[in-house]
Amino acid sequence: MATLSASVPARAGAPGRAHSAQLIETLLVALLLGIAGYSALFVAPTERTMGVIQRIFYFHVPSWWSAFVAFSIVLVANLAYLRGRNPKWDWLGVSAAEVGVAFVTVGLVTGPIWAHPVWGIWWTWDARLTSAFVLWVLYVSYLLLRNLIEEPERRAVISAVFGIFAAVDIPLVYFSIWFFRTQHPQPVIGDGGSLDPTMGKVLLLCWAAMLGILVLMVRQRYRVEALRWDVDRLRLEAAQSANESTAR
Amino acid sequence: MAIAPPANSTRGVSIEFQNIEKRYGVRLALRGVSLRIDAGECVALVGANGSGKTTLIKIAALLVRPTSGRVSFWGSGSAHPLDDPLDVKRRIGMVAHHILLYDDLTAEENLELFAKLYGLDRPRERAVAALEPAGLISRRADPVRDFSRGMRQRLAIARALLPSPGLLLLDEPATGLDPAGQHWLGETLARIHQAGCTILMSTHGASEVHSIVTRAVRLAAGCLAEDSAPSGDPQRMLAAALAAEQGT
Amino acid sequence: MAFARPTAVLLGKELQTEFRTRELLTTTVVFVLMVLVLFSFTFDPTSVESRRFAPGLLWLTLLFAGSLMLHPSFTREQTNDTLAALRLAPIDPTAILGAKILANGCFLLVAEALLLPIFAALYNLHVWQVLGRFCVVLFLGTLALATIGTVFSAISSQARMREMLLPLLLLPVLTPALIASTEATAGLFDETPYLSPQWVGLLVAFDAIFLTVTWLFGEYLLEE
Repeated sequence: MATLSASVPARAGAPGRAHSAQLIETLLVALLLGIAGYSALFVAPTERTMGVIQRIFYFHVPSWWSAFVAFSIVLVANLAYLRGRNPKWDWLGVSAAEVGVAFVTVGLVTGPIWAHPVWGIWWTWDARLTSAFVLWVLYVSYLLLRNLIEEPERRAVISAVFGIFAAVDIPLVYFSIWFFRTQHPQPVIGDGGSLDPTMGKVLLLCWAAMLGILVLMVRQRYRVEALRWDVDRLRLEAAQSANESTAR
Repeated sequence: MAIAPPANSTRGVSIEFQNIEKRYGVRLALRGVSLRIDAGECVALVGANGSGKTTLIKIAALLVRPTSGRVSFWGSGSAHPLDDPLDVKRRIGMVAHHILLYDDLTAEENLELFAKLYGLDRPRERAVAALEPAGLISRRADPVRDFSRGMRQRLAIARALLPSPGLLLLDEPATGLDPAGQHWLGETLARIHQAGCTILMSTHGASEVHSIVTRAVRLAAGCLAEDSAPSGDPQRMLAAALAAEQGT
Repeated sequence: MAFARPTAVLLGKELQTEFRTRELLTTTVVFVLMVLVLFSFTFDPTSVESRRFAPGLLWLTLLFAGSLMLHPSFTREQTNDTLAALRLAPIDPTAILGAKILANGCFLLVAEALLLPIFAALYNLHVWQVLGRFCVVLFLGTLALATIGTVFSAISSQARMREMLLPLLLLPVLTPALIASTEATAGLFDETPYLSPQWVGLLVAFDAIFLTVTWLFGEYLLEE
């Protein structure tokens, strides 16, 4: 029975302390989310024309902003990976991409939920919604592409290059669809008009809560990738030790 | 019909691997390999399958980038290493696991293409001149797809020799060659070795080729396990490696 | 010169190989014709409707045909590992991509030249008076398709399910170019034909931006 030659390396900081720090952070974000939710539902004034359903706006809009933050992280991770080839940037890239896709999905789902009671339609091919849909497809493709390449280094390099193409494409997508819509107008699902100051504060609060969730989720997902790497390495070392001892 | 060889032709290139490490995901294909090969040496690289021979040769060919460590090249008689990768590639010829030729093009077209890519003058004449010693002149207008295995290997070797390289890298070059072909290979290698070319060759059998070897190096599990340089007797090591492989 | 000459040499090789067999060209042309005929069953190709739908139809068809045709661009180089042979040579690796982009652009343009008269006839479009301006739009749109298509062919050739992956990656990224090409074409087939400077500008920007990104990052796709 071969023994492992390498001991399992400790993650930064003693396990107990990291665990409790993580717990505190999760509780803080949960608290923030609770406050934000309460504010959105009860503190913010009711919108005149749309009524209660408009409150979904406090989650619909920040989810887009959070998605953009996530995708910006992906772009930075992609560029950093190509420069230094450190696998950690690759882990960050895939984590942020998955979280970003989750936020875009939230946006794409809350949009129609908002639209239907107000305008009577589930979907409109307006500029923002259509761009969002393309954005969703782009980053889902990024994740699919990663799934279809086995070798870790090739996967990281290729998805990084694709990620850069996708990121550069986003402003072009938005602009082309927006300009198309100015020529062929359609109903717009949106937050037209100026914003009441209280509404503005609640909006920012909700965004802060979402950013908290974003950070937590990206970090968790990153940890999963790091663990996966460790498991692969240990498995390989175990196999090699087994080979060496049988060879002797 | 004699064509003047290109400048910096078969004056040997020396190559040094400094602490080369190559990692594929968690798997270490090469670990801390340091090796210096002087101009004009003919080095046989031996080792079991998976010991890292092909990876090392590909790193020498600048096809694969090492994860850490460095590979440096010196032109003959020069104190400064070559710093332009294109300059290095110009002096390298490689015979790989695949034949590196286009099936759809004829033998002549293939060689002419590569002569042009290597910046050689009078590419067509050089292509024809290269076919002659390989015994392929009668098949010059046939697509490579129609060639037998032995002929394809001969053409691959002719392709490698086109730019009159200072460093010739060969990955099991005797594969697919019949005894006549192996004899031709041995003679060809002897000839260019005499002209000063450095040769690094991974090999399994074919003693025809071993007669010109000046040094043998053995890799095991990605590490440099044995070097015949101190003892100056490569043949003993080669014979031992051959026996070991035939035994398993 | 490590870029221009090798690009020309490799372009020559690509054209030589394709025009010897013409397999890509014939399959693409036949495919596009079939799609055009099939589309005509989905709506009545009388004059008014066809003028509205034709531009979108043309570009969608080209897009689908392109995503099929661009696929072998790099999978061909896996036979005998010829891509390694090209990377061994003392040439700028971006030249490999550059040559393939130009070659694929040429093939697409040839296919379009063959298809255009047939397309115009099938949908009763008056191409002749706007031919010059139409060629500008065709060229810019085709360049977009060739650039992204070639780069993504390099990407998908290294993954599983490559035949499906290429269209999947291609279509969302090409959205801006598709919209711009369609709108510009629609403008040309309008009652009073005009060439929209904004859409042409967007196409030029698209091409310039992605050629630059390809220049900067494309070579990483060719590594081993």
